Amino acid sequence: MSKQAITEVDLQAYVDACLPAARQAEVEDYLSAQPEAAARVHAYRAQRDALRQLYDPVLDEEIPASLLQLAAKPPVVVDAEKRPFLSRWSLQRFAAGVVIAVIGGAAGWLGHARFGGGEQVVQMTPLPRQAAVAHVVYSPDVRRPVEVTADQEDQLVKWLSKRLGTPVTPPKLGAIGYELIGGRLLPGNSGPVAQFMYHDSTGQRLTIYVSTENTASRDTGFRFAQEGPVNVFYWVDGKFGYALSAGIAKSELARVATAVYDQLEHR
Amino acid sequence: MDSSALLTELPRLRRYARALVGERAAADDLVQDTLERAWLRVAQWRQGSDLRAWLFSIMHNLRVDQLRRPGLKTLPIEDEGFAVPTRATQSDRLELADLGSALARLPEEQRAVLLLVAVEEMRYEEVAATLGIPLGTVMSRLSRGRERLRLILDGRPPLTNLRVVR
Repeated sequence: MSKQAITEVDLQAYVDACLPAARQAEVEDYLSAQPEAAARVHAYRAQRDALRQLYDPVLDEEIPASLLQLAAKPPVVVDAEKRPFLSRWSLQRFAAGVVIAVIGGAAGWLGHARFGGGEQVVQMTPLPRQAAVAHVVYSPDVRRPVEVTADQEDQLVKWLSKRLGTPVTPPKLGAIGYELIGGRLLPGNSGPVAQFMYHDSTGQRLTIYVSTENTASRDTGFRFAQEGPVNVFYWVDGKFGYALSAGIAKSELARVATAVYDQLEHR
Repeated sequence: MDSSALLTELPRLRRYARALVGERAAADDLVQDTLERAWLRVAQWRQGSDLRAWLFSIMHNLRVDQLRRPGLKTLPIEDEGFAVPTRATQSDRLELADLGSALARLPEEQRAVLLLVAVEEMRYEEVAATLGIPLGTVMSRLSRGRERLRLILDGRPPLTNLRVVR
């Protein structure tokens, strides 16, 4: 008899009852002479049975209505508020895309950037990502971090407000240790957005990204995102989206975000 | 892909997600994300191919993204010093409450393979295709996962790397 040696793969396949009958018999022979291996196989089968016993009841649970709805038809409008921010990105992008596609034709000044046949889903970059990228691009710049510096703050405010079509002023963060360096105009998903840059006494830079492009989703509370080394706090308030980005600890950033939020609230 | 086919797969998706993630709300979030992505990518699904395998691989990829997203920094250390209090005896009748927490102590990659084989009853080749890994890797993860789970349940902490939150 020239049996092939029994391998670990054979033992696993034996546990899962997926060996050809002949090989199965060989493994049985082997196990009868190898109590330790037999004990393992026995334990693995007990594991399998216990796992099924533990998780099979999930099959019979009532399925949450939100999942049933989503399985029944594609997500066009889903309550974004209740979603963790992981899926909010894809969802927001999707929802925003649908909205933009529908109103795209009406948005006259967007005429040069029509969205195809009017039904095409447009890929929107989520706010925190836009903000983080803008932060990474401009904040390390030693010589030209901003377009207009803080010593011309009046002009900066006037200019950005005009371009964004709504009053926009940089929050005053001196009380919590951040001084304004200046700001710049940037392209957002569909039009201009503003970025303000601050630094603390150690030179650590922080940017505030202000978008007025929010059309789709409702207001949100603070949300946190991380893009590589950059931490981002962001929230949506009416048409405004705000995002604070910096390579600083989440707790410190939260402190700044709270200060910014308070100033905007009491404006 | 039609909605009735999706509805049919929902219970299994939920079962796998629950076992993989552990916590009910987080597991259902993963299922929800899976459905959203499935609809978004419905054009990529080939009619007649295995819908379940496709959905499971979407879920797997989402989960990998989730785990890759920077979170708490982890540092692998030797865990010989981390003896877990043990019970004197252990019968074959595994206690289910312990099983859930023991399962959670497996590395994610081993847990996924073990669950797909033992609970979802996928063939090894299907597991390899779903997770996008070679068959040999499936077998080694299955073997290590089962052994590790056995040692944990026996109250013998396995002498391999643990990930400890710094």
